Amino acid sequence: MKLFIALTGLTGGMFLASLFVGYAAISVPEGLAALFGQGNPLHVTVMQDIRLPRTLLAAMIGVSLGLSGAAMQGFLRNPLAEPGLIGVSGSAALGAVIALQTGFAAAFFLALPITALGFAGVAVGLILLLAGPRGSSLTLILAGIAVSAFAAALTSLTLNLSPNPYAASEIMFWMMGSVANRAMSHVWLALPIMALGWLALAGLGRGLDALTLGEDAAEAMGISLSGLRVQLLFGTAAAVGAATAVAGAVGFVGLVVPHILRRFAHGRPSTLLWASALGGAAMLLAADLVTRLVLPERDLKLGVVMALIGAPLFLHLIYKTRREFA
Amino acid sequence: MTLLSVQNLTVRRGECPVVDAASFSIGPGECVGLIGPNGAGKTSLLRGALGLLPFEGTSSLAALPPRQRAAQAAWLPQTREIAWPMSVERIVALGRLPYLARGARLSPADQGAVDAALSRMGLQNFRTRLATALSGGEQARVLIARTLAQDTPLLMADEPIAGLDPAAQIATLQVFEALAQEGRAVLTSLHDLSLAGRYCTRLIMMGAGRIVADGPPDKILTAERLAEVFHLHANIVPTPHGPLVQPLGVIA
Repeated sequence: MKLFIALTGLTGGMFLASLFVGYAAISVPEGLAALFGQGNPLHVTVMQDIRLPRTLLAAMIGVSLGLSGAAMQGFLRNPLAEPGLIGVSGSAALGAVIALQTGFAAAFFLALPITALGFAGVAVGLILLLAGPRGSSLTLILAGIAVSAFAAALTSLTLNLSPNPYAASEIMFWMMGSVANRAMSHVWLALPIMALGWLALAGLGRGLDALTLGEDAAEAMGISLSGLRVQLLFGTAAAVGAATAVAGAVGFVGLVVPHILRRFAHGRPSTLLWASALGGAAMLLAADLVTRLVLPERDLKLGVVMALIGAPLFLHLIYKTRREFA
Repeated sequence: MTLLSVQNLTVRRGECPVVDAASFSIGPGECVGLIGPNGAGKTSLLRGALGLLPFEGTSSLAALPPRQRAAQAAWLPQTREIAWPMSVERIVALGRLPYLARGARLSPADQGAVDAALSRMGLQNFRTRLATALSGGEQARVLIARTLAQDTPLLMADEPIAGLDPAAQIATLQVFEALAQEGRAVLTSLHDLSLAGRYCTRLIMMGAGRIVADGPPDKILTAERLAEVFHLHANIVPTPHGPLVQPLGVIA
């Protein structure tokens, strides 16, 4: 309960900070009015069309990554697991890269995220086919590695064949991940798909708790492992696929957030699910704030900042908790 | 009334049957020891009977829907796994999971079952300790307590006392004996033949996938069977506490 209040407070605070901190100097009362379409029309545009979608997307992507990271770690019983492991984000990125490369991205407004989502769907199909209905978690990891490696190779090939350096650099920048310059239509595209993913992932709590004792014990306690696996794959694909489709690849959130919060959740996978969802939102909002406050004129990418914050934090955590996993 | 009834249960690994047409049933009040050399099919028999492995034949437990089966039989796998640094009490409370609605908290009755399980395994003072920080034998006792918290008519355990110190081995088997006396039943695989003979009301001996003998310990533990099934030359001493098996040598 204390954890819930603390995390909700933190996420709420970050959400407000993200709305009211930015390049255009808008005071809080002015900003609030502008958010509801009152006052200076310029302020209304900034608040409604720039900051609100950016903030909403950062929070949604944070929830998706945190939640799927916690679910993936719980299912595989491995603190090193992360949502990218099953190859969904790699495949979504491949779809986006192909859309950019072929010029399809410019065909209509949401062409890029829709292509990316399509590729994420194909990845899930492939993994289900490869890992089989009754396979263990090991076959799932191996199938995921195979799919991500293939997606990465195809992404490199696309870059390799890119007609000019500008196309290549556009692709590179897209892949670094960002929520800047997104519109509410991005929110409306991603939100329903993500919400379905969140629902699927949030329902995993019981099964993940039981899996703490191993697959055999969990199954004997009435948990259907194959059902759990399909639900996890579907939820992760929807949440992370949609996140990658609208914002590019943002790493480390799904890995670091469950790791930080595990001790506060008393190690319980079901508690960690919602805690990581809130924590992921807070962390992504914070990282996005950093991109706006540090070197705002150089357009720092969210994925870069996230990795810069995440990697040292992760090292520190490993150092602190190494005894627990010895 | 039977708690588990298995008819012609066959479990295959590939083509080769690792359990070959096993039939037995277990009623309330029995503490059944499953004995046999490595690779005799003990684990496969237990997992097959629970429906955790594909099998041919019938098993009353595997026929139940998963949630109902979990209320009928608790299962302690051979591999002892505690994936996350959780407190002993929280691990033991996982045994209540089959009875909890999604997202529900432990009721006072659930908490009572957890407390009873902890005290039965002598773990009251370990409650708040991290289970992952305990020794292997202590973790084994925590996991046994988890199955006790599930509070089922039947307890199935795969080598529950392997790696426990002698006192903990005896204490665990005394818990099983007490469960049987309360009218529940226990089916456990064991390697210590003397302890099996002393605490079990009945022994099922397996060799090469088949049940070779089934009955009271003093009838099952004979020098001929140990030689034939275990390839063991052993001295069997009848005592008031059951037959004492002293292995002397290996028969080549």
